[in-house]
Amino acid sequence: MARIVVVDYHKGNLMSVERGLSAAGADAFVSDDPVSIREADAVVLPGVGSFADAMAYMRESGQAEAVVESVRAGRPFLGICLGMQLLFDRGQEGASCGEWVEGLKILRGSCVRLPSCGLKVPHVGWDDVSITDRGERLFEGVSSGSHFYFTHSYIVDADDDEVVACWTDYGVRFASAVASGLVFGCQFHPEKSSGKGREVLRNFVHIVQDCEQSRHLEERKGEGLS
Amino acid sequence: MLTKRVIPCLDAKDGRVVKGVNFVGLRDAGNPVELARFYDAEGADEVVFLDITATSDKRETTIEMASEAARQLSIPYAVGGGFRDVAGMRTMVAAGADKVSLNSAAVADPSLIEAAAAAFGSQAVVCAIDAKRVGVPGAPGADRWEVFVAGGRKATGIDAVWWAQECARRGAGEILLTSMDRDGTKDGFDIALTRAVSRAVPIPVIASGGVGSLEHFAEGIIDGEADAVLAASVFHFGTYTVKQVKEYMAAQGIPVRLDF
Repeated sequence: MARIVVVDYHKGNLMSVERGLSAAGADAFVSDDPVSIREADAVVLPGVGSFADAMAYMRESGQAEAVVESVRAGRPFLGICLGMQLLFDRGQEGASCGEWVEGLKILRGSCVRLPSCGLKVPHVGWDDVSITDRGERLFEGVSSGSHFYFTHSYIVDADDDEVVACWTDYGVRFASAVASGLVFGCQFHPEKSSGKGREVLRNFVHIVQDCEQSRHLEERKGEGLS
Repeated sequence: MLTKRVIPCLDAKDGRVVKGVNFVGLRDAGNPVELARFYDAEGADEVVFLDITATSDKRETTIEMASEAARQLSIPYAVGGGFRDVAGMRTMVAAGADKVSLNSAAVADPSLIEAAAAAFGSQAVVCAIDAKRVGVPGAPGADRWEVFVAGGRKATGIDAVWWAQECARRGAGEILLTSMDRDGTKDGFDIALTRAVSRAVPIPVIASGGVGSLEHFAEGIIDGEADAVLAASVFHFGTYTVKQVKEYMAAQGIPVRLDF
């Protein structure tokens, strides 16, 4: 069974994320230990707290390094809300005026404040997504126009629109999910998005399982050759 | 497009639902989490648990309820009532609550809002305001409302619209606005109050108090300019299902989530 670690940086309860992944057939567990993060088949980085606080904790604890290593090793990754934002180069939240906080730098771009455009910020509630070709895997079986639960005041501004898996309009058009190889992120909370959210989590678990299977095949092939 | 939310509210005392509920198919209609699950399946966008437990030594049951809700619900939920400090809120957030709702404690010590927003983020902090109209409706200068605390028993002399702005300024992520005049009447939301607060703050406003008909839900959004509508008894007594409410709202041109 695919072992998926839900990274705990001690800011909130991760039970719904863990439960959602387990229900989709994964062996999900919550851990704050960099060793567990390195050893797991896939990493889920949930979203709690501010960009600056989360990065400070993750760097100090060694979690940041472990997450980057896991991604470099080709293991699937899913960032949720702040967890998606942290994937990028830099963020404004919690930084002093005009400054930036360095992110995990796995994807190119910045995390910036959601402009109000006469609308209320935070962007709270159920909003719809418009899925791109990039989003096919993560949103398999989910159609454009489906609603997901959002709660955020910051958005990702990716350097390359090619990584955008779906868009959402809220005064501005922003990336509500990203996908690049086996690295995925969603600005909404799939674990709080009822049936549609369950489908997204299930798709991610399937991606992890496929990945595991091909790795085992590779390993067996390798053994056969030696 | 961001949809307007429909939120059932459950009053819980010592971990049990207070108002009488009678639904077919519920094993235990007094269990707040089971009732919330029912609303989740019916398409509720969120639920609010209001803890009206009088004594603090019974707080354990509410914390257990919150962690059970985290296990069983697939939509966000807020817990309100009885918070005095950040430590108490932290216990609830750690148990799994997506949001905590502050009322009397924030009025007594407004810095609590800032502390909560710093600790959990604004998205997790709801300020609940119980407001009562001052003066006779229609009379000059009558569109003013006063904040009440202690379950609506105690007047504070604070202007409700000003207080809502103050809550937002201090870092609240949402306002849960209840009209004391309308609560329990089934006469509909206090539209003037809802609109005054909605226009005054840059954060979402949840209208509460007075819903008796399907029209009232739509009025809260269209005329009251609220971002979400909350109700208790019309759902608990089975007058309307959440789905019925949403279908009615959709027919009035209000964006709602029907793909559940």
